[in-house]
Amino acid sequence: MRAFSYERATSAKEAAAKAAATPGAKFIAGGTNLLDLMKIEVETPTHLIDVNGLGFDRIEPTGDGGLRIGALVRNTDLAADTRVRRDYALLSRALVAGASGQLRNKATTAGNLLQRTRCPYFYDTNQPCNKRHPGSGCAAIGGFSRGLGVVGVSDACIATHPSDMAVAMRALDAAVETVKADGSTRAIPIAQLHTLPGATPHIETSLEKGEVITAVTLPKPIGGTHIYHKVRDRASYAFALVSVGAVVHKDGSGRVAVGGIAPKPWRVESAEAEMPQGAKAVAAGLLAGAAPTRENAFKLTLVERTLGAVIAQARS
Amino acid sequence: MYKNDGRIFADIHDLWWENEALPSLSSFELSRRGLMAGTAAAATLPTVADAASPAPSDPAHTAKVAVEVNGKPEQLVLDTRTTLLDALREHLHLTGTKKGCDHGQCGACTVIVDGRRINSCLTLAVMHQGAKVTTIEGLGTPDHLHPMQAAFVKHDGYQCGYCTPGQICSAVAVLGEIEAGIPSHVTEDLTGPIRATNMEMRERMSGNICRCGAYSNIAEAMAEVAGEKA
Repeated sequence: MRAFSYERATSAKEAAAKAAATPGAKFIAGGTNLLDLMKIEVETPTHLIDVNGLGFDRIEPTGDGGLRIGALVRNTDLAADTRVRRDYALLSRALVAGASGQLRNKATTAGNLLQRTRCPYFYDTNQPCNKRHPGSGCAAIGGFSRGLGVVGVSDACIATHPSDMAVAMRALDAAVETVKADGSTRAIPIAQLHTLPGATPHIETSLEKGEVITAVTLPKPIGGTHIYHKVRDRASYAFALVSVGAVVHKDGSGRVAVGGIAPKPWRVESAEAEMPQGAKAVAAGLLAGAAPTRENAFKLTLVERTLGAVIAQARS
Repeated sequence: MYKNDGRIFADIHDLWWENEALPSLSSFELSRRGLMAGTAAAATLPTVADAASPAPSDPAHTAKVAVEVNGKPEQLVLDTRTTLLDALREHLHLTGTKKGCDHGQCGACTVIVDGRRINSCLTLAVMHQGAKVTTIEGLGTPDHLHPMQAAFVKHDGYQCGYCTPGQICSAVAVLGEIEAGIPSHVTEDLTGPIRATNMEMRERMSGNICRCGAYSNIAEAMAEVAGEKA
C-alpha cells in the first residue's frame, strides 16, 4: 500500500471542498472495497478523507411518504430496518444477497453504489485495463470473460457493476443526494448516477470532483410482490452471474432491474411494458443490442430464465 | 487428530529446545504462540512486525488513535496504512486474531467492534478512534472459556485451528444478529421472527472459510450455544 495522509472530516461541505482541492484525495467510509484495492495498488490515493464522522447514519421518512437513507447507513442496518423490510423488501433481499455478514456490517449505502468492478483484469496490475490505465487496452475482451458484461459494454471495457443493492435501488427509482465542492446540493436519479464505459471506462459516475453523497432517497412505497433472485456459482458470498430484482403487481405489470450483466444496474423501462406477456418478451427488450463474448453468451439465456422464475414465483 | 494430544508439543520440544530445560511441558504451559515467538527469536529470523508494519517516519503519514481492546484502553501512534488487524497483531501483540487472505475473503481476521463483527484486515486502525474492540483473547481465557469456545472444543469445530478465532468471533456475533432480528439471505419471512436454524447459521457464516472443512461441527457448536438442534 502506498503512503497517504489522513484526516477526519467534520462537515460534508468542507470534505467536498478539500477533496476537490487536494490532488490524489479520496473519501473513505466503510473502506471494504477501497482498502482492498489500495493493498494491490489499483487505488493509490495520497490523502484519505474519513467521512465516517459526518453523521449521515439515519433512515428517516421523507415529506412525500418515502425514505431518506443516510449515505453512511451500513448495509446490515439498511437490510434490517423494519420500514425497508415491510415496504421495500426488494432492497432488503438484495442487500442480504450480497457480500458476507462482516462486510455488510462495515459497507455503507453510498460506498456500495460507488464500489468498483470485480473484473479480474482490473485487479491484475500486470494486465492492460482501460479502466485502470486509460488507453492500455482491455484484456477481458478475448480473455476470461465468463462473469463479465453482455449489455451496455463497449470495445474498451466489458466490466460489470458488482452491486446487488444498486439493482434494487434502480428498480425502486432511488435518487442520490449530494453536496458539491462549491457547497451546492443536488439530487441525481440513480439511472443517471452510473455512466456507461464507451471510450472512457475510467469514468464511472456523473459525480463531480469532490462531490459527496449524503443520502439516498426512495419514493413512497409502490406495493407489489418484491423478489430478488441472484444466480451465482455458490450459494452464498459470491458475486452474481445474473441477478433479477423485480416488483410484480397483481395484474402482472411491474418493474425489473438486472445485475451481473452490465456496467450499471440494468433497467429498460420500455421492456417492462411486456411484463404481462412473460419473460421472453421482457428479456428481448432488456437485452436489445447485447454484445456478449463467447464465454458469457449464456447470460442472455440465464436472464430470460431467471426472470421467468421470478415472474412464476410472483404469480404463485 | 493432533489436538488435545501432548505428543506434538513434545516432538517440537525435542526438535527445538533439546539443550534447554523447560519446566512442566506436559501441563501445556508452552503455548504455540510462545513456541513460535521463541523459535523465531532463537533462529534470529526477522519478526513479522518488521515486514508488516514499517516504522512510521513521516509525520504526515502518521496518526494517533485511542481504542479500547478487550476492555483495556490503548493509545497508538501508527503509520496511517496500518490495518486494525496489523495494529492488533503487531502493535498490541494480540496474535489470536489471524491474517489469512488480508483481503476480506476468508474471515480469519474477524473481530467484534462496537458489538459488530467485521474483517479487521479491511479497515484502518486510525478509523476506529474511541471504538471498543473484542478479539478472541477478550471472549474467554483458557480457564474461563466463552460458551462458544467451549462448544467448539466439544463439537470438534476445527482441525488446524487457524481460522478458529475468526470463526468463534463470527459465531458469537451471528447469534447476536439473529437475536436482534437482522435478516439473512435464507430468512423466509422478512417481517417475522428469526430462528437460529442450521440453514441460518450456515448462510451467516459464509464469510468465514475453513480449509479443513469443519463446517458441520461449527454449526453444531453454534446450535448448542443457541439452544437449537443443528
